[in-house]
Amino acid sequence: MADLRCNIAGITAPNPFWLASAPPTDKAYNVVRAFEAGWGGVVWKTLGEDPPVVNVSSRYGAHYDIDRRLLGINNIELISDRPLEVNLREIAEVKKAWPDRAMVVSLMARMEEQAWADLARRIEAAGADGLELNLGCPHGMCERGMGSAIGQVPEMVEQVTRWVKAATRLPVIVKLTPNITNILWSAEAAKRGGADGISLINTVNSIISVDLDAMAPTPIVDGVGTHGGYCGPAVKPMALNMVAEIARNGFTAGIPISGIGGVTTWRDAAEFLALGASGVQVCTAAMTYGFKIVEDMISGLSNWMDEKGYENLDQVTGRAVRNVVDWNALNMNFSTKALIDPALCIDCGRCHIACEDTSHQAIRIVQGEGKRLFTVENEDCVGCNLCLHVCPVPGCITMHPEENGLPYVTWPEDARNPMNLEKV
Amino acid sequence: MTVISAVDSQTSVYDDLVPPLTPMQAMAEASRCLFCYDAPCVRACPTSIDIPVFIRGIATGNMKGAATTILSSNIMGGTCARVCPTEILCEQVCVRNTAEERPVAIGRLQRHAVDPLIASGSHPFTRAAPTGKRVAVVGAGPAGLSCAHGLARLGHDVTVFEAKPKSGGLNEYGLAAYKMAGDFAQREVDFILKIGGITVEHGRRLGGDLTLAGLRRDFDAVFLGVGLGESNRLGIPGEEFLGVEDAITFIGRLRQAPGGAGLFVGRNVVVIGGGNTAIDAAVQARKLGAEEVTLVYRRGRGQMRATAWEQELALTHGVILRTFAEPVRIDGDGRVQGILFEKTRLEGGRLVGTGEKFSIAADMVLKAVGQKLAVRELAGIDLAGGKIVVDPAYRTSMAGVFAGGDCIASGEDLTVQSVQDGKLAALSIHSFLMTA
Repeated sequence: MADLRCNIAGITAPNPFWLASAPPTDKAYNVVRAFEAGWGGVVWKTLGEDPPVVNVSSRYGAHYDIDRRLLGINNIELISDRPLEVNLREIAEVKKAWPDRAMVVSLMARMEEQAWADLARRIEAAGADGLELNLGCPHGMCERGMGSAIGQVPEMVEQVTRWVKAATRLPVIVKLTPNITNILWSAEAAKRGGADGISLINTVNSIISVDLDAMAPTPIVDGVGTHGGYCGPAVKPMALNMVAEIARNGFTAGIPISGIGGVTTWRDAAEFLALGASGVQVCTAAMTYGFKIVEDMISGLSNWMDEKGYENLDQVTGRAVRNVVDWNALNMNFSTKALIDPALCIDCGRCHIACEDTSHQAIRIVQGEGKRLFTVENEDCVGCNLCLHVCPVPGCITMHPEENGLPYVTWPEDARNPMNLEKV
Repeated sequence: MTVISAVDSQTSVYDDLVPPLTPMQAMAEASRCLFCYDAPCVRACPTSIDIPVFIRGIATGNMKGAATTILSSNIMGGTCARVCPTEILCEQVCVRNTAEERPVAIGRLQRHAVDPLIASGSHPFTRAAPTGKRVAVVGAGPAGLSCAHGLARLGHDVTVFEAKPKSGGLNEYGLAAYKMAGDFAQREVDFILKIGGITVEHGRRLGGDLTLAGLRRDFDAVFLGVGLGESNRLGIPGEEFLGVEDAITFIGRLRQAPGGAGLFVGRNVVVIGGGNTAIDAAVQARKLGAEEVTLVYRRGRGQMRATAWEQELALTHGVILRTFAEPVRIDGDGRVQGILFEKTRLEGGRLVGTGEKFSIAADMVLKAVGQKLAVRELAGIDLAGGKIVVDPAYRTSMAGVFAGGDCIASGEDLTVQSVQDGKLAALSIHSFLMTA
């Protein structure tokens, strides 16, 4: 059995599956249910200064696939709308009852040192294991100068981190917003400010859909709507890239990362770990299916690690980072070709039409016995993978690298690069 | 003999055997369609409905577009969605069979798309500018109505002559009630006629007050969609006894009896035949309350024209299937009491009697041994194999006279084939009229 115990910036938990700061971690009732279900930790929904914020009615919008499965949710909810005292009391009670689980508390304040320091000290006094600075909320709070209004300015990220670090002995995780041009600017700022770890991504600024009858963006609040924060499976690719960028960047490499963004399965979690995260945070999957999904996350990750021979999370964390490179480091001489297995083919023709209409016209149709036979013309195939991706049958189309005997040549070295022609 | 006097418990006779999909079921089913390229289902459809496109319309909420896609290839898409043997057409070749042994429910999705449009009372097509040409269509069945609609759409004026009091042909008189629940046949006829330019005259029969010569004189072209108006006989003693009836007549009575009132059905019913009409009659007899229904076919189940799905339907309704037996004699005293069969076997593909006989007690015998063309009124038109001879453009041997549907030899004798015949014949007639 693989050891799933996780340690992020000194905060420990029995497993790497934490609930992210969000509605599921708004109060003791939910958090206790989550711990009973097996979650390794929580980041308590963001606390702010009293008086608490007031939320509006109608808070979520949804992005569905054609089968009404949720691809993403967008929300316009603000931070905790309950009194600080109530939250702190519940945090203390839950931590006492569940000492082995990670109890991280998210906080947010104005761009004032006293405000951040007071909040941090009170949370520390309540017995929390760590702090997560909410510098990413992209709706509502940013209009009050908080959340992403701070997170989008590297100097302010650094400053806030430094203030909180000075006010408390707790580990400080800085939660980054993806609504920036280069994630490294804010990640480096957090590190400069003394962050013990970083978590990302916060939600992506979005209008998730337009109600074509009401002619308003959803969710609709009395006839109008506002942009919100997008999360769920659809944002995972952006999150993976940002995690990898931080993990392979010289200045930030090695900083503990809590990966967030569309983690729905154990496989998603393993991918975040491989790209440098030490644990993950989950919200949309829990909001979609309830807390019970953590069971398969835990057993799936554990079984996969056993199968691969990984004994603990440290052996997985960052394992794929060395294989994430710039485009300019790719081998220009590499060539791979698609191969279609006629025994698995169900005769839908999607590979053909995708290649024919939108790619390189490399898939031929021959009238076979009973069904059509689809074959790849290697001369025309550029190895783009499109056929493989549109094929509904797993394993029917596979890619096969060609043994061409050519050396590894990158674009900067390639003779076809016009920059090199100039040199000659 | 049981006479059904009240509607009450018997109304299930008139309920849908296959109910409409709920919106949730339709969404789940539509999402299973892979939007195949040059899709096998389209190639298997006699009317070439663009199935992936209409299913995509359902999936995206473009219901009107979905219905229009279907109806532009098949104006009787509503009936075909209900009665097509999809298990041997589109759904048989659905690629989901290969992967999961369960095809996309194309027929039910088609109904899901078409029914709301028909219920809305609107019509998706408009007529071209009037051509001033007049066409006579004989028979208001699937072939005739499909042809009439095609011609009207092209700007011609059409008069449909129908012998029976209602339009629809077999859709109205010859298909099991559980396949055409809720007066759908008439609602579909109303929908088709909404195109305009079509007049239907009932009680007008070719060979009655109509003659081919008269129609050719009064109209610019004639389309014959007369179907197969006569039932084959068994040709055995006792066939005239009370209680012996053509299965198609039995179904017609059932379909025309509102709510089942006044219908009668035997206690022990024997159905003779192996096609879908035999199954329809047998299942209907069971649904009406017959205690024992035995379907007897002279060959094996593999040779039955009824599809495997239809055979299963009979079995699950408690119909006893007896194969390899041929009727020899109907016994009774003016009223049927039983029927004597001889067992048969195949010898080198030929069916022969074995000499072994057995009897089945019956107070009702339904004959479903095929229909044939009523040839008397077709003098002057070439026939072959009991059908009207047409060329690939649906032209008969008589100039200006076209034919389609069950009365010609084209593909399977299915509603969907008749609709296709009528559709293509309309195009041929159009080209004939505009070049004449």
